[in-house]
Amino acid sequence: MSDALFKYLVRLADDTVILSHRLGEWCGHASHIEEDVAMTNISLDLIGQARNLYSYAAEVEGKGRDEDQLAYLRNEREFTNLILVEQPNGDFGKTMARQLLYSAFMLPFWEAMMASKDKQLAAIAAKAEKEVTYHLRHAAEWTIRLGDGTPESHRRMQEGIDELWMYTGELFVKDEVEERLIEAGIAIDPESLRGAWERTIEEVLTRATLKRPEDGWMHVGGRNGVHTEHLGHALSDFQYLQRAYPDCTW
Amino acid sequence: MHEERTSSTAPSNRQALAWAAVSEVVDPEIPVLTIADLGVLRDVQVEQDGSVLVTITPTYTGCPAMNMFEMDIQLSLAKAGFDKTKIETVLHPAWTTDWLTQEAHDKLEKFGIAPPKGKAGRRALFGEESVNCPKCGSSHTERISEFGSTACKALYRCKDCAEPFDYFKCI
Repeated sequence: MSDALFKYLVRLADDTVILSHRLGEWCGHASHIEEDVAMTNISLDLIGQARNLYSYAAEVEGKGRDEDQLAYLRNEREFTNLILVEQPNGDFGKTMARQLLYSAFMLPFWEAMMASKDKQLAAIAAKAEKEVTYHLRHAAEWTIRLGDGTPESHRRMQEGIDELWMYTGELFVKDEVEERLIEAGIAIDPESLRGAWERTIEEVLTRATLKRPEDGWMHVGGRNGVHTEHLGHALSDFQYLQRAYPDCTW
Repeated sequence: MHEERTSSTAPSNRQALAWAAVSEVVDPEIPVLTIADLGVLRDVQVEQDGSVLVTITPTYTGCPAMNMFEMDIQLSLAKAGFDKTKIETVLHPAWTTDWLTQEAHDKLEKFGIAPPKGKAGRRALFGEESVNCPKCGSSHTERISEFGSTACKALYRCKDCAEPFDYFKCI
């Protein structure tokens, strides 16, 4: 069971750390200072969640690794994040689309996790749930503002949603690792969150005058370490310092 | 010198001394609030061997002030004569703005930060709190950004006195 728990924690940690890295790439590049601050603030929340999850994973693994080794010294194929979160930022609309699709899932996810039989996961969830409420609201408001804005902003927001839609199927995929933990009352069955996710997305897209894309082929593989080409590039940036100067500290 | 003073102090006094030293530590971003005002400080225990165990909880999981708190707690205890300090971070129960005392609310307002309004709880996806301007008291304000200068604050502007201000978010 501890092997499954370790894998599950690393998956969640990888999601948050990679998305955090992506948002951090906006630092100094956002359209205006308030958004620059907003995206790095969200990034910081996600780093905090990643640190808690990696630290707990390291403890469960019990092999003397720590949060930094898990984050900085694993290769691309060992990362098990959702493909959605590794997608490049694109324009601001696409970044908000990614935030919306992810946060609309994570809010009910953390809410449900607060009742996990694993006390540490429940405690991490209780904090994350408060933070993600703000992340979702932020992304939803921008989706509406851009979708229901000018023809140009509408077009870009729709493109962002359309481009990322094929990565949303992976939110609801589960394998034997998760099934064992779901049975034990530790993990959350993603299928049980589909209704909440659909309702949020539907409400926001409707208010944003955007179209919900047709469900078609869904791209999966991240949970098994099979990623799009973008993760490797992101990691080369994210892990550069520890790779170039092993064990450096300051 | 401190050593002599503290080692000759009765255990209950040492406990009070340690608590006083730790609870003096202030938030680096909001220096009018101590970690005790904030509710970040959960417990201070002087152990049998004279070491101090301090339990703190983060406001936000990624709050960078936590590292600063740890350094300042150690420094403050060292100054009070406690050399051995252990700091434990707990996540449960999750910190909430409901733990801010009325005194903390008043201090925040005086400092120019609008204190959290109402109780933390389930919010509607698009709910917006009506926040009073800490400068002129007007309720005629608007939110500029959900995220302000630190994770715990949002950015507002007063439409009457035209001052921008931080709002301590309700979580």
